[in-house]
Amino acid sequence: MSGGRLVVVGNGMVGQRFVEALRARDQERRWRVTVLGEERRPAYDRVRLSAFFDGVSAEDLNLHSPDDGVELRLGEPALAVDRARRIVRTASGEHPYDALVLATGSSAFVPPIDGTDLPGVFVYRTLDDLAAIRAHAAGRRTGAVIGGGLLGLEAANALRLLGLATSVVEFAPRLMPVQVDEAGGAMLRRYVEELGVTTYLGVATSALRPGPDGTVGALELADGRTVGADLVVVAAGIRPRDELARAAGLPLGPRGGVLVDAGCRTADERIWAVGECAAVEGTCHGLVAPGYATAEVVADRLLGGAATFPGADTATKLKLLGVDVASFGDAHGVSPGCLDVTFTDPATRAYAKLVLSDDATTLLGGVLVGDASAYPTLRASVGGPLPAPPLALLAPAGGAGAGAGALPAAAQVCSCNAVTRADLDAAIAGGATDVPALKACTRAGTSCGSCVPMLKQLLDAAGVAQSRALCEHFDTGRQELFDIVRVRGIRTFSQLIAEHGRGRGCDICKPVVASILASLGTGHVLDGEQASLQDTNDHFLANLQRDGSYSVVPRIPGGEITPEKLIVIGEVARDFRLYTKITGGQRIDLFGARVEQLPQIWRRLVDAGFESGHAYGKALRTVKSCVGATWCRYGVQDSVGLAVALELRYRGLRAPHKLKSAVSGCARECAEARSKDFGVIATETGWNLYVGGNGGFRPRHADLFATDLSTEALIQLIDRFLIYYIRTADRLQRTAAWIEAMDGGLDHLRSVLVDDSLGLCADLDAAMARHVAGYSDEWRDVLEDPERLRRFTSFVNAPDVPDPSITFAVERGQPVPTRGADGRRQPVALGLPGVRR
Amino acid sequence: MRTLDWTAVCPLDRLDPDRGVAALVDGVQVALFRTGDELYAVDNLDPVGGAQVMSRGIVGSRGGLPTLASPLHKQVYDLTTGRCLDLPDVALRRHDVRCRDGLVEVRLRQEE
Repeated sequence: MSGGRLVVVGNGMVGQRFVEALRARDQERRWRVTVLGEERRPAYDRVRLSAFFDGVSAEDLNLHSPDDGVELRLGEPALAVDRARRIVRTASGEHPYDALVLATGSSAFVPPIDGTDLPGVFVYRTLDDLAAIRAHAAGRRTGAVIGGGLLGLEAANALRLLGLATSVVEFAPRLMPVQVDEAGGAMLRRYVEELGVTTYLGVATSALRPGPDGTVGALELADGRTVGADLVVVAAGIRPRDELARAAGLPLGPRGGVLVDAGCRTADERIWAVGECAAVEGTCHGLVAPGYATAEVVADRLLGGAATFPGADTATKLKLLGVDVASFGDAHGVSPGCLDVTFTDPATRAYAKLVLSDDATTLLGGVLVGDASAYPTLRASVGGPLPAPPLALLAPAGGAGAGAGALPAAAQVCSCNAVTRADLDAAIAGGATDVPALKACTRAGTSCGSCVPMLKQLLDAAGVAQSRALCEHFDTGRQELFDIVRVRGIRTFSQLIAEHGRGRGCDICKPVVASILASLGTGHVLDGEQASLQDTNDHFLANLQRDGSYSVVPRIPGGEITPEKLIVIGEVARDFRLYTKITGGQRIDLFGARVEQLPQIWRRLVDAGFESGHAYGKALRTVKSCVGATWCRYGVQDSVGLAVALELRYRGLRAPHKLKSAVSGCARECAEARSKDFGVIATETGWNLYVGGNGGFRPRHADLFATDLSTEALIQLIDRFLIYYIRTADRLQRTAAWIEAMDGGLDHLRSVLVDDSLGLCADLDAAMARHVAGYSDEWRDVLEDPERLRRFTSFVNAPDVPDPSITFAVERGQPVPTRGADGRRQPVALGLPGVRR
Repeated sequence: MRTLDWTAVCPLDRLDPDRGVAALVDGVQVALFRTGDELYAVDNLDPVGGAQVMSRGIVGSRGGLPTLASPLHKQVYDLTTGRCLDLPDVALRRHDVRCRDGLVEVRLRQEE
C-alpha cells in the first residue's frame, strides 16, 4: 500500500501540515487526497488564536494554500469509519480509502457542572468561539474563566481586553500547574492580580447560575463563594477527539486518544493518527510541535519510509498577560536526587528555578517567571554542564534592584549620569510630577534607561500620584483605550463612553478617541458621529489661525515638486489672495482661507494632482530630504526617492501626535534627520535608522536604532516602530517622550521591534499593511460628498456671506491679518523651560 | 433695551449633535449648539483670543455641566451660564434660543 485513495479526517493545523508534507514529497502523485473538515474554514493558526482580538483577521490566521491535487471538503464532518468496506461516511456520502489519516484534534473539556449549557458560556477553541465571545461581551461588565492553565490565562487576557472585570477559577492550588511550580505560580498570580484579574485557586466550580436575563450570571464555587460573571469561558483542559476510532473498534490510549505506535499507525494497518487525537505509544501531546512531528512521520511512512516519532520537547516559553513564563526539561524536579536552585526577587518580581543533577553539575530543567531572558541559553544547556554559576544565570539582566524607595539619599540611581536619590528627591520636591519631568531636570534615565523603573518608584515613594486617567470621563489612559477600542471592535465614541466612561466627553478625550478610531481605519474622519469629536483642524481639514481663518498645506512628498505644480500653487494663492510661506518641512503653506473657500481651493489643488498634506492632523507631516546621490557630489544613496516612498507609505497615518521624518543622502545630514521622530541617513551600504528625535519645545537628537539596513528591512522596521508607537503612546506624547518613558528604553524597543520579544511583529506588520491598503485622500473624499461639503460655510443662515471679521492688511507685499485696535489678540504665554536655581 | 426679536436661523436638523455652527443675527455672530435635547446660543467671539471661532469648539461636559472649549487655546466655558471655568472674570455672552416648528430661533441679548 504505497498509493491510491487517501482520506484525511480533519483540517486543523496538524492535518494541514500533514497534507502539505505528503504532497511535497509525493512527486509521482501516488496518493489522491480528500480532506474532510468539520469547520467551514480551512486550516488556521490556532496557536495565535488570541490575536483575533488584536484585530488580526481570520484571513491573516489562514494556513491553507490551495492545492489542485487535494479535494478539500469543508463543513463535512466524518460520521463513521467502516473498516471492513474501507469507507468514511459523511452526511453527504461515502469516501472510500486505501489509507486513512485521523487528524481530528481535540475538543475543549467541559466539566459536568450544572449550567454549562446556559447562553453566555463558551469554550476557547475556534475562531467562531472567539467571535461569539466578543459579541456576547458587548455591553457586559464581568467575566470569568474556569481553568487557570495556559489557555485559561489567554482567555482571561482576552476578557480583560474586552473590558470585562475578569476572574479566573482554578482547581489546582496555583496558576499554570502543568508548567510552573508553586513558587513560580505564586509570582505569576501576583502579576495576574496586578492586572486586575481576580484569582480563585484550589477551588472547584460547582455550578453556573443564570442572571435575570436568562444568560449566565454567576459561578458558584465549592467553598460556597459566588463569583459574578456575565460571560464564562470554560478552559479546563482538552480531550482527544477519538470518538470515530472508538466507534470503529480501534484501540485507544490509557487516557483516551487513538492508540498508535511510534510510526503513528493504529492497530489497523490502513489507519494512522496525527496530532492531538493521537496517543503515540499511549501518550497524547497537546502542543503543536509534537503534532507536526507526527505529521512528518505519517507522510514519510505513506511513501514507503520508516520514520518514527522522535519524542516530544515540552519546553515552552510564552508571554501571558504580559508576563514571561518559561518551563523546560524536568521543571518539577521529579528526577531522583535532584537539587533545586531557586531565586525569588519580589522587587523585580522575577522567579527562577533550576533543577540540577544530584552532584549539581548537570542542568535537568527549570522554570522562569517574569524574566525569561535566560531561557534560550538554559534550554540549550539541558542535559549538559551548567554554562555559568546558577546565580549568575538567574540574576535578571540589568536588574533594577530592590525598591528604590529604600535607597539612602547618597545612593546613585542613574549611574550613567551620576544622579543620586537626593538629586531626584529634590527635583520631585521642586515640582517634577512624572518620569519625563524628572529626566528633563536631572538627566537621570536619559542614557541607558535602566533606572526608569526606579524613577517611578521614587515618585511613588514621594506620594506623587501617577494617574493614568485621560480626563474626568475615562479612568484609563490612551493605551488602554486603544486596546479596548481595538479588541472590542468599538466604532463610536458614544458606545465607548457608555460602556467604559462617564459624562459627555470633552476636548481632551474626544480628539483622542477620534484619533484612535482613525488609526484603526474606521472610515473618513468626518463621517457620522466622528465629525463631532474632531478638533477644528481635523474638522475643516485645515489649520486654524489666530484670526479665525485657516491655512492649507498640500502634500509635496520629499519636498520634490514639478514646475507645473509649483505654478498651480502660485495661481491658487494669487486667486484666493492667500499669504504664502515655505515651511520647515519643505512644503508651501497658504494662509488666510475662510472655511467656505477651503473646498474651492482644494478643488483646484486636487484637479492638479495634489492631496491633503495632513498639516492639520496628528499624523505624518512630511518626510524631508536632501537632494541625494542624484545630484549631490557627496550623496551615497537616493534620499529623495526614499523620502517620497516613505511619505506616500505613511501619509494619512493618525498617531498620538504629529510625526516628522527626514532622509539624508550622506553623513553630512543636510536633511536634519536626527531631529525627527524617525530619521534615515544613508551609508555606503544601506541606511541607518534614528528614532525619537524632536525639534521644537524640547529639542532632542534621535538615537541610532539600527545600521546598514536594506530599504526593505528599513521600511519594515519603521512600520513596526510607528504602529507600536500608535498603540502604546500616551495622548500628545511625541516619540521622544514615549521612548524616554519606556521601561528599558531603546534596548527594550529594539528587542520588541527587531527580536520580536513580545511576539507582536506579525500584528504590527499586518496593521501597517492595512493602513497602506486603506489610504485614500481625505480632501478628495470630501469634494466628492455633498454631505461632507455642507459643513464648509461661515454662517448656517447666510452661506454666501464671508466672515466679515476676517480682514487683511498688506505686509511685505502679502496679505496678513489686521491687528485689532482693541488689542484683543494677545500673545499667549507658553511655559518655556525654566532654569532651575 | 434688553432683548430683541426672535430670528429664525435654520432647520433643527441642520445642527449636528455636539457640533456647533455659526449664524449671523442682526450683524452679530452667534454660535449655536445642540447637545442631546438642549439648544445653546453664545457669542461666536472668543473672549480670550478675540477671533470669531467659538462655534468650532468641542462640546462636552465637566462635572455634569455642559461645556464648550475654545478651539484657539482650549479655555472651557459652561454653556448654561457662559462662565469660563478656567479663567476668572471671563465669560461668553449668552443668547436665547428655541426650536419652533422644526426651526431654530435666536434672540440676541444685550450685555448682562
